[in-house]
Amino acid sequence: MANEITFEQALSQLESIVKQLESGETELEKSMELFEQGVKLSALCSSLLKNAQQKVEVLIETADGVKKQDFIANE
Amino acid sequence: MNQNVITVSGLTKYIKSVLETDTNLTGFAVSGEISNLTIHRTGHLYFAIKDENAVINAVMFRGNVNGLKFKPENGQKIIAKGKISVFEPAGRYQVIVTSMELDGIGDLYVAYEMLKKKLEQQGLFSQSYKKSLPKIPKTVGVITSPTGAAVRDIINVLSRRFSYSNILLYPSLVQGDGAPQQLINALNYFETTKCVDVIIIGRGGGSIEDLWAFNNEQLARTIFAMSIPVISAVGHETDFTICDFVSDVRAPTPSAAAEIAVPDTNDMLVRFDNVVKRLKTALKRKTDICKQRYTSLVNRPVFTDKNYLFENKYLIVDHLNDKLYKSLDQTIVLSCSKLEKLSAKLDALSPLKIMGRGYLFAKNQNNKIIKSVDDISLNDTVKLNLNDGCAECTVNKISEV
Repeated sequence: MANEITFEQALSQLESIVKQLESGETELEKSMELFEQGVKLSALCSSLLKNAQQKVEVLIETADGVKKQDFIANE
Repeated sequence: MNQNVITVSGLTKYIKSVLETDTNLTGFAVSGEISNLTIHRTGHLYFAIKDENAVINAVMFRGNVNGLKFKPENGQKIIAKGKISVFEPAGRYQVIVTSMELDGIGDLYVAYEMLKKKLEQQGLFSQSYKKSLPKIPKTVGVITSPTGAAVRDIINVLSRRFSYSNILLYPSLVQGDGAPQQLINALNYFETTKCVDVIIIGRGGGSIEDLWAFNNEQLARTIFAMSIPVISAVGHETDFTICDFVSDVRAPTPSAAAEIAVPDTNDMLVRFDNVVKRLKTALKRKTDICKQRYTSLVNRPVFTDKNYLFENKYLIVDHLNDKLYKSLDQTIVLSCSKLEKLSAKLDALSPLKIMGRGYLFAKNQNNKIIKSVDDISLNDTVKLNLNDGCAECTVNKISEV
């Protein structure tokens, strides 16, 4: 389940959790739950960033339309 | 020879004063071609400006040469601004050039300024239309030449900073007549497919002609109509194009555009560490508050004083008890007085009292009180009870009344 979440979703969830928890208005049980989720999300965000595999592609115009292929910049 | 005779110096001085005070000759722009160019050791430029039918000498002093935006060469068509000056020792008049630009580019500048003014008046550069850039772009669209430093710089910076974002390059000509249309096609492709979250459009440095494709009106209008934010990165920091003004963000260089487009991974990782610290602090504050509330509750007398709950009840019991005793006392008092009255009554009715006045009662042998003559027979022994004793008698005679 955790793998299906995008980095940006995780980030905005994390932001909302921090906001809620810092408001001090949640109940203790809920606060502990939020804390746990927040720590998990933070770790998830970090690992998503560290393990990100950047794709560099170039669009090529062909007779069948525009196609993608890997791009390697010539030095 | 009656005429006034003057010296060569005097004549030259006069010519000089005439030429150098003529308003047409003190601030003009002349167009022509550079020839006979000499760059003197001192840094001054000596050259001639010529056209098909005439030639005029020119000099440009070092201070002004430094302000030139191009390298002067023989054969260049130029527009020179300056004034006429007479050099007396050589008997020569010449143009003192204060500034100079390549001819034709003058037209470009005029066209650029006109277009800039027009689009500005139409609101295309207005800050209110600027879109904000996405914080975390999943894909960065790049529109530039697939060869050269710009694309390399952009990709290098993007991958160094934030490998989470993918890069999608739409290769395009960035100079020449076909360039504007290719740039527009690329923008339209991204706009139609929505396959990128932010676009970098640009190229490396070059002359104003090289950058000219980015001053195209149709390109400007296409950028303006984009729903995807556009970062413009054309040439160097000092180069400005229409594309820069109409885009959402202008970056001074292609590398800078890449820095603007994505966040820095390391900054983010630090932020996540900070987020965990913030979460800890917030949770600690929450538990502290709860603890405090709990402590203040358990310290209330209801918990600390074991009699607290009963004290009241004791009072109530005592109160009721008092009330009960009180009412009981009253009953007893009442009963006593009643008893006294009854005793008095009883006393009044006592047979002893009557016997005190001389009455007596008699009992037969069965110890039964004799109330009628029928209760006795002759010679029976009867017992007489008197006030102060008794006597036994024998019945001698019985007579009925």
